[in-house]
Amino acid sequence: MTEQPTHYQSIRQMSDALVAKEISAAELADVHLKRIADLDGRIGSYLAVTPEHARDQAAAAQSSIDSGNASPLTGVPMQLKDNLATRGIITTCASLMLEKFVPPYDATVTSALASAGAVLLGKGNMDEFAMGSSTETSAFKPTRNPWDLDRVPGGSSGGPAAAVASGLAPYSLGSDTGGSIRQPASFCGIVGLKPTYGLVSRFGLIAFASSLDQIGPLTRTVEDAALVMNVIAGPDLNDSTSISRPALDYTIGLRDGVKGLRIGVVPEYFGDGIDPEVSRLAHEAIQQLKALGAVISEVSLPNSTAALAVYYVLSPSECSANLARYDGVKYGFSTPDAPNMMTALEATREGGFGTEVKRRMMMGTYALSAGYYEAYYKKAQQVRTLIRREFDAAFEKVDVLITPTTPTTAFKLGEIQDPVVMHANDVCTVPANIAGIPGLSIPCGTIDGLPVGLQFLGAHLSEAMLLRAAYAYEQASSWHTQHPVL
Amino acid sequence: MTDQPQRLTEDEVRRVATLCRVGLSDDEVESLRDEMAGLIAEVSVLKSIDTTGVEPTSHAVEGVRSVMRDDTPRAALTVADVLSNAPRREGDYFRVPAVMDHGEG
Repeated sequence: MTEQPTHYQSIRQMSDALVAKEISAAELADVHLKRIADLDGRIGSYLAVTPEHARDQAAAAQSSIDSGNASPLTGVPMQLKDNLATRGIITTCASLMLEKFVPPYDATVTSALASAGAVLLGKGNMDEFAMGSSTETSAFKPTRNPWDLDRVPGGSSGGPAAAVASGLAPYSLGSDTGGSIRQPASFCGIVGLKPTYGLVSRFGLIAFASSLDQIGPLTRTVEDAALVMNVIAGPDLNDSTSISRPALDYTIGLRDGVKGLRIGVVPEYFGDGIDPEVSRLAHEAIQQLKALGAVISEVSLPNSTAALAVYYVLSPSECSANLARYDGVKYGFSTPDAPNMMTALEATREGGFGTEVKRRMMMGTYALSAGYYEAYYKKAQQVRTLIRREFDAAFEKVDVLITPTTPTTAFKLGEIQDPVVMHANDVCTVPANIAGIPGLSIPCGTIDGLPVGLQFLGAHLSEAMLLRAAYAYEQASSWHTQHPVL
Repeated sequence: MTDQPQRLTEDEVRRVATLCRVGLSDDEVESLRDEMAGLIAEVSVLKSIDTTGVEPTSHAVEGVRSVMRDDTPRAALTVADVLSNAPRREGDYFRVPAVMDHGEG
């Protein structure tokens, strides 16, 4: 870790350098802005870059540093996924529907980071309305995987993952509805954490599927994920699903190791469709954790295999309800001169939504419609109960479950056209959203130069333990010190 | 394994599109006939799971209750902020197309 160039340093290292006055907040922002200008034309991880805003925030951060009031994120740059509201800064959700939308308020996470002295570099590309697993459904441009520019970065938080992996931001916030933080983190060789449902306020997150959505960090190290969680986790009166829980320092206990930690390996996550090389690397990581003192056992979760079907009923259904707000009246894309409201609604959505969003609205509406509600939506909610109970039972026997994050490494742009095949990318990640539990992905090796991710799952509010287990593995491996050649 | 899923009729696709007020081109209707059939087949595995007597979960985390704040006035967005993204407005109002079918309302 010692000889990293500035743009690949961890948040902790950047913070230390700022406090030691080895670099100023303005200089640190400029290092990143210059690198974005030089490289992002090839990667496409930003939808908007905000240099003036960054310099203003850097100046304010410098005052805090100079007066001895710096916290670990003060003066450290960052990116936000473009579905997080930023007051006065365009927020598109990668959709024509919101191409010109300038939020009149900040998301709670946006203001929490600003209060901590964070410096916003810009907004990250994503799948339109976070619907996708490759960032190819962005209405504006694809994002490329920095490890191989012919490949996707994953999605929907593909911009954030590619930016963090290529040193265009030390960290970013993404959202994860079925794997949208963890899968791109896996494809891009970085750390991604989906916290417990309700732990991070979603006020100002443009809604996709409200019983599943959660905001979380994408970082290059496990400690950095803990530092970001310290700022963004916590109750919020503006989010009715927010968990009331006092603030926690997620760095405490990070170095306590995994001696005696009970780790469960789930055979269902190593079965059909999982690349044997991915399985092999995951098992190697498990052996390494065992060598560090963890106690490994096998835990079967048979209902997990139905999680994908549950997800692809619940998420389109909730999406069809959430996206009903786009009426072309209050904000967003609008077609002029429609003769009446019904025609206007249809024309607004025909022109404003892309193919994937329309498909999900259609599927969700179908599943909720008369005659199908019981067979699909209600049934999926019942199976959701079974999946949740199965996890509850598992976490009475073990502390942490380990799985691969994704069945394969990153695929090529344009390679997957069939939506059902695309969905298979989420097979290991959706169960956590279904059960509301936290999941963390960390790099555990490469196949033909492409990163592979290892997923840690824990009981509700077990983030500190997941971070501790991941930190122990990270410190015993060197994957986090490897970066793409650009 | 499973049979080739039966494609939806054009009418079925258009009925759903009307329910969610999403305008579709003829080409989109045509491809959705197959794609929706594929998506329905994808989730039909649920039918084989016994859920007799199982309560549905709408919320995966117990203890998440609707957050209520005190009913006291607090600062809200200004009218200018609220209207700042309106595609069409008249004074301090959003302008909407006619809801009834007789010209602008």
